[in-house]
This record gives sequence, structure tokens and C-alpha cells, in this order.
Amino acid sequence: MTAETTDTTANATDTTATDTETGATATPMGFGRMHRKEDARFIRGRGNYVDDVRLPGMLHGAILRSPHAHARILSVDASAAEAHPGVKAVITGETLAGMDLAWMPTLSGDVQAVLATDKVRFQGQEVAFVVAEDPYTARDALELIEVDYEPLEPVIDARRALDEGAPVIRDDVEGRTGNHIFDWEAGDREQTDAIFERAEVTVAQDMLYPRVHPAPLETCGAVADFDRVTGKLTVWCPTQAPHAHRTLYALVAGLPEHKIRVISPDVGGGFGGKVGIYPGYVCAIVGSIATGRPVKWMEDRSENLMSTAFARDYHMRGEIAATRDGKVLAIRVKVLADHGAFNGTAQPTKFPAGFFGVFTGSYDIRAAHCEVTGVHTNKAPGGVAYACSFRITEAVYLVERMMDVLACELDADPAELRMKNLIRPERFPYTSPTGWEYDSGDYPRALRLALDMVEYDKLRAEQAERRRDGGPLLGIGISFFTEAVGAGPRKHMDILGLGMADGAELRVHPTGKAVLRVSCQSQGQGHETTFAQIVAAELGVSPDDVEVVHGDTDQTPFGLGTYGSRSTPVSGAATAIVARKVRERARLVAAAMLEASPDDLEWSVSEAGGRWSVQGSAEHGRTIQEIAMAAHSNLELPEGVEGHLDAVTVYNPPNLTYPFGAYVCVVDVDPGTGQVKVRRFVAVDDCGVRINPMIVEGQIHGGLADGIGMALMQLMAFDEDGNHLGASFMDYLLPTSMECPSWELGETVTPSPHHPVGAKGVGESATVGSPAAVVNAVLDALRPYGVRHADMPLTPANVWSALQGTPIRTDLAVT
Amino acid sequence: MQITVTVNGQPYTGDVEPRLLLVHFLRDGLGLTGTHWGCDTSNCGACVVHVDGTPVKSCTALAVMCDGHEVTTVEGLERDGDLDAVQKGFAECHGLQCGFCTPGMMLTARWLLDRDPDPDEARIREAVSGQLCRCTGYENIVRAVRWAARHEAARAGAGTEARAGTGDGAAGGTREGTGP
Ligand code: FES
Ligand code: FES
Repeated sequence: MTAETTDTTANATDTTATDTETGATATPMGFGRMHRKEDARFIRGRGNYVDDVRLPGMLHGAILRSPHAHARILSVDASAAEAHPGVKAVITGETLAGMDLAWMPTLSGDVQAVLATDKVRFQGQEVAFVVAEDPYTARDALELIEVDYEPLEPVIDARRALDEGAPVIRDDVEGRTGNHIFDWEAGDREQTDAIFERAEVTVAQDMLYPRVHPAPLETCGAVADFDRVTGKLTVWCPTQAPHAHRTLYALVAGLPEHKIRVISPDVGGGFGGKVGIYPGYVCAIVGSIATGRPVKWMEDRSENLMSTAFARDYHMRGEIAATRDGKVLAIRVKVLADHGAFNGTAQPTKFPAGFFGVFTGSYDIRAAHCEVTGVHTNKAPGGVAYACSFRITEAVYLVERMMDVLACELDADPAELRMKNLIRPERFPYTSPTGWEYDSGDYPRALRLALDMVEYDKLRAEQAERRRDGGPLLGIGISFFTEAVGAGPRKHMDILGLGMADGAELRVHPTGKAVLRVSCQSQGQGHETTFAQIVAAELGVSPDDVEVVHGDTDQTPFGLGTYGSRSTPVSGAATAIVARKVRERARLVAAAMLEASPDDLEWSVSEAGGRWSVQGSAEHGRTIQEIAMAAHSNLELPEGVEGHLDAVTVYNPPNLTYPFGAYVCVVDVDPGTGQVKVRRFVAVDDCGVRINPMIVEGQIHGGLADGIGMALMQLMAFDEDGNHLGASFMDYLLPTSMECPSWELGETVTPSPHHPVGAKGVGESATVGSPAAVVNAVLDALRPYGVRHADMPLTPANVWSALQGTPIRTDLAVT
Repeated sequence: MQITVTVNGQPYTGDVEPRLLLVHFLRDGLGLTGTHWGCDTSNCGACVVHVDGTPVKSCTALAVMCDGHEVTTVEGLERDGDLDAVQKGFAECHGLQCGFCTPGMMLTARWLLDRDPDPDEARIREAVSGQLCRCTGYENIVRAVRWAARHEAARAGAGTEARAGTGDGAAGGTREGTGP
């Protein structure tokens, strides 16, 4: 089965003289480039982020953090802090232990200290919480808390974590004698090994996907308000998964779930870093319960970078077996995964390595096998975060780097090598050797479009010229990615036992205006617009007539939230289906209005809107607004028809969706300084049907910038004592307008066959796909120097070292 | 310390702690929460406001330093119910996603257009280079500013009232020294 495809290019530099450079059009009746509804408040400075929440009598919290990566706590003396004017409470690990709250469950079934009691296990770990009249006083009081530490030897290098005699980080867990967390494997080892034994060509490469941090511009924080009279707890916090948070608070703190309300207001970016529950949230809640007043806690940037969810930290060894003419036969991978001090990765329960199992990528490979070992180190917990689609980022990086390593070995063109091995369109739905069922795709078409857009042959000619004549090095890097998003089918996927299905509710008022309530939550994705467009398309109304409510557990149905690019694939599907239910209810009412049989009616959407009419006589019909009014009126309805049009649904996806894309990056590298300049970046994305292409393109732009950041700049290393060397934006460099080129986007459309509107999701595609393109481009430039691999980030120092034949290890302090 | 600061045209007099940062004075003292805070190290620019028409990172200025000065925040961009061309440009060109960097970006853009009504892409990128956006990859921010420039030029050309600059002292000044 091949879905119909179309392609277009939207060259970013090709701006026309129209007023609307993004081509936005005014409120279409459904899909299209509609301006975002949410912008009206944001451009006026009227967003409502968590730090903007102000409640009468509100107090302010601050967290004392460990300066050590690994140390025993001998004593904590908070008396001076407690006596400080303006301080209302000081909460320590001991206080929490008395409430049985010193430890909380992580999203991976481990536990994490809320406030440390026995030991601190990473630099920046939470030790005490001060509640005071204002934030400055709270911070002053932190300095008055005396903590006596006995420093212990830390485990910083993941590759030494399993050494005989390595310090045991998690001695809180009974019987634990080492730092091993899990072993996990996928694929067929025997079959894979057999192919490797006979293969004409094999290549192997060690590579590190270094620890990075999503660093949304808004840090984490919370306002907790516990009402002692009603027993109701309200928590405002920028969470990507408000319903999951509510359930976890209920289970952990023993609070009745119906008395907990989690409100995720406007969120200043999430990128995966705002999925989990952080100790500060729990401290704010305890602070409010203890003082009887609302408590706000906002972390600063260093706290954010040091303690909240990091991403990646995968030490990988990839191997490919191929024929001499470049047909890839098998791939095998070994991964050492650094999970930090607590195993806090957020992924579906059965997937301790996330969706890394899709590491065969976009290629038709006969056999594959991977094994992943997770270990503890004295670093912050986290793991799956930063727009990675549950570790597909690592998987794509691995396979795309390996394809270039193979190209290098065979002296083949990386584009041709990929073209030869891509899964052919007629193979869909395609089952990968590790068991993933790719829903639809036309890969060669996307790659051809990207190569055409970038004028690949011309660039190769320029490169040859440069190599002959000298001058700055030119590199061309390709990455072809396949994503697996929209988690997920309930029978395979849950988080802490909560199935990953999403609810949606649609109310249609008598005048035909509608309110949609969804469980997913926007951190800038524009759900208030996109989801209104889905309803609009299904009901034939203007998106302006649909209000989207999200981010408040008292106002929305249950669902697991927004991450892993799951909003459109799951909640978007729920939205289309609930709107279809409304439409069916409207059919019954219309039949009563028209005195016809429901079976004789047909649905149509014209300029004037959606209507049910008697087949063959469109003029003999009723608009959705007329039907809505009648549904609430005294119209006599047939037996069994309830009236009103409201509907609810729960969507349990039958499969994941598989967006894909072809990226080409062009760089100039100065061999004297190691400086990399990204000259061009062409990105062809296929995310199925685009509901609002303007929003889709915007998300791709953002993800491409992420790719440049991770590939070239974002360095989060540790020294031998476990000091975090990337704990501010002075050290952890994010891309600015100067490092980013003007992105050139192209598109093909291969609808998902199982999603109700054919959409596949796109939020993380560019972050997943782009780092490999940038790294491949830099290494392509360095090829004449015999450099086959160097790890991210390819900072000038690292590139220069690679040119000298000594690439550096980027996860440890540069010595 | 007693200070008087004019914010968005309105004078405020009050007592502040000498160590109070301008960003906290605006957000917590005056309730103008459109000015955001995103880092500890003067790197992100989420906090940019104008002081006497010049973009300043309000996390890096003390409230007392603004005694006797004029501050413009994002809330002051709209005049008499009329959005600034920069605000319209950001909405028009999808120059924002989460909206957290947006106030600071718009204020720098306003400053740029007051000095260079027709900036090219390179000039715009340089002007906002001291600010971070994690969502847009900067592409549509550049387009938004270009849109605003064209829109203002068209309005001026049509003889309608052009938006007055918010400062003039540093006119012609380069980004170095005066920009964020
Ligand atoms: S808050 Fe980051 S520069 Fe001011
Ligand atoms: S729009 Fe989110 S940081 Fe710029």
C-alpha cells in the first residue's frame, strides 16, 4: 500500500512581496495557514506563566543545594535560618522523612530524594527548602543553613561505573552492591552475528551522544495553594503532563485525587524538560501545607541546568555489515547509558531505553541487534528529555553517523549509499527487524527533493575544487531520519501503569459555538489554534468559533500530556473523532428537523459552513448552527435521541505514526581555528497531513536550531570531582541568531493511514534529525585530514583537536 | 531608597531595597509581568526593556539606577489601543511560539527600527544576537521585523501618522555599547 504523496518546497529565503511572509491567511474553514489565536496575549505581554501567578498572602521558597557530587550528610542545622526575620519555615529531609515524603517515585519506577537525608548524590541536589515572605529573604536564609558533609569519591565517568570497587551510589537501595540499573536488548543477536561473520565489509565506530539539557527559556517552578478548610490543593506549574502529575501527587502524598487540581498555565517552552515532577514542586506543596499559605518556588537558571532533566548521555558502539557495493545487511549496537544518580527517565514502562530500538532507521536491513546497559553516576537524574521522541534522537544519530562511516570505508557517496539502502515505498507498511511497524512513507522522493533543493552535485563540485585549490574546508552532511511518535497503543505503552490514551470533550452551545477540552498541553505549540482547526474542519465552522481548553485538570479529561510529539497523533486524533461524534449526533437531530430518515442525510461543508441535508437536495438542509439550536430546543426528538450535541471520547492509538525527513547541511570550516559556520540547511519533512503549515514550519525551524546547538555548542561536561561545568548560559552555549542560517524547508506529504486526519506529528522531527546532518557535514569537511569521527559538540577546540588527530572526550573536563 | 521611575509614561514613586533588580521591581513591584526572566548571567535577554529608549537587560540593572529615568516595557508598546508594527509583525509572521522571549525581542526590534527603518537580515540578526529564543530558530523573528519595517514604510509613504521613535539620543549608534 502506498499512500499518495505530494511535494512542495518552501524556500525560506524566497520571500515574496506579500504582507504575510509566512503566507498566513485569515481563518479558513479548517486546515491552513491560520494566524495563532494565542498570539494576541503574548505580543501584549499578557501571557500567564507560572511566575506571573500571584496569590494573596503568597510566600516564596528557595532550595539549598549540594555543592558536592557525592557526600554523606552528617548534620543539617537550620536554626539560624529559622530565626531569620521573614522566614516562615525551613523544611529538611528529616522533616519530610517524618511525613514519609523524603523520597518520591520517578517515572522509571526508581525513587528520587525530594530532600536528601542520608547522602547527596549529585552536585546541585536538593537539601533544604526555606519558605519566607519574599524571594530575596528566602535566598538570604539559605546561607544560614549549616550542613556538615563528608565528601565521598564520586563516579563521574560512566565507563568506570561498573568497575570492581567503584563507589556504590545507591546504597539507599537494599542489597545494592554496584551501579548497574538494567540490561535491555532488541533484535536477533544470532542472526545478526551470523551476517557479520560472513560479511564482505564491516565497520565499527565508538561515539558519544553527550549529555545535553533542553533549557527552555522559562525555568521550572510552582505555586502551591493548599486550602486547609476544603482540603483542596491547587498547583500551578509548567508541566507538560498535568493529569499524570495529579495522579502521582495523589498516589505519593496520599491526597484524594479529586481534591487536587493541577494547572499548567502558559509555559515558556518545555522540550521534554517539564514532563517529570521535581523536588521543588513537592517542597512548595509541603510548604503550603505547613504554613497554610500559598507558596511559590521558582528555580534559577543554574538550578535548572544542574538539577532538572538532562538528555542523552549515551556511549554507543555501532557496527555495520555490508556488501562491497554498499548494501547494508546488518547493524549492531552496544550502548552504555548514563542515567545519573536516580533512574528518572520518562518513557513507557516496557522501554527502558526508550524507543532506541528503531535504530535501523530508514533503511531496509535484514538483521539488527542492540544491547543497552544503564548505569548510575553522580550526576543529575533525568534521561529522556529534549525533544528526543524517547531516544529516537540517539538512534537516528547512531545510524546516520554509521552510514557516513561506511561511506568513508567504501569511498562511496553518502547520498548514493543512502538511496541504495532506503526502504522502498512499496514495502510499507514495513516491519523493521526489531519489530516496529512503519505506517507509510516515500523515502527516496524526500531525499531526492532535498538533494535537488541544495543542488548537491554543484556542491560536490565546489568541494572538489576547494580540496584542490585550498581555502576553507567545505562539508556536506546528510541525515535521513524516521521518527516513531504518538505514544501510544495502550497494550504496549504506559507510564507508571497509566495507559497512553487521550480523552477529548466537545461541547456545542445552542448558538453553535464550541468548546473543546483536551488533555494535552501546549508549551508554545499553538494547540489553541491547531486543535480549533481540526474541529472546524470536521464541523464546518470557523476556528474562531471553537475555544480550546487545556492545561487544567479540573477542566479537561484525562490524558498523558504533550511530549514525544504525541499531541497531534493522539489528542489531535481524539479531537477529530469527538467532532465526528458531534456530527453524528447532529445528524439525528437534523433528521428530526427535516422529517427524514438519518440514513437519507448527507454531510457537506461549503463556504457557508457545514450542513446535513437530504441526499440530492442540498438546499433542503440545516446548518450545524441551526441543528445546535434545535438540539437544545423543544423540538420533539425520536425515541432514544437525547438532545444536545456534546460528546466525549478516548483515543487509544492503534499504532505509532512515523514522520520522516531528509536533511542536508552545508558548512564551512576554518582549518586554522576549527570554527564551523553553517552556510545552508535544507530540511525536507514529511509529517503527513499538515493542519497548520505555518505552525509546522515554525516547529521545524526551532528544531533545526537545536540541532546546530547540540552538534556545535551545547557542552555539559563534568570535572573529576563531579563539578558541573555547564551550569549557566555563559558555559552552556545555546545557538543565537548568528549561528543559525536562514532555514530552507521542503515538504512531501504521505498521510498516516491510521490517523483520522492523516497527520503524523512533527514537534521533534527536526531536533531528532538535524544533529547528525551537522556532524556529518563537519566530518565531511575534515575528511581529507583522515578524521572519521569526533564527538559532539564540535566546538572550535574539538574540531581543531580532531584536525591534529586527537579528538577530545566531551563528557569530561577538557584537560 | 526612595525612587521615582516613569514606566510606560506613568511615574511611580516608592521605597525599594537598594539591591532590588529592575526586573523584579517591574514584575513584583508594579505587576508588569510581561517582562520575563530567563537566566542568571545576562545571556538570554528575556528581560529586555527600554531605559530612556535604549534596550537594557533589566536583570542586570538595579531599580535604583533607574531613578529619574524612563522605562518602557512590552506593556507600553501598544499605544491607545493601536498595536506597534513590531507586535503586528510578530503575530503576522509567526515570530513567536511559547512567547517567553517575545517581549524582549520586540523591544530590541523596536529600538532597531527607530534607528534603521530598513534593516537587512544581517542587521536584524545582529541586533537580537544578545537574546535567546529556544522555539523559533530565529527565522520568523527576522521576518517579523522585516514585516514591521515594510509596514511602517508603507504607512509613512501613505501619509498616515508614522510611529514616533522612543528615543533619539543614541540615534545612529551601533549595537556595541548601546544594544543588549
Ligand atoms: S534574564 Fe537573562 S539576560 Fe536578563
Ligand atoms: S518563542 Fe519560545 S523562546 Fe522564543
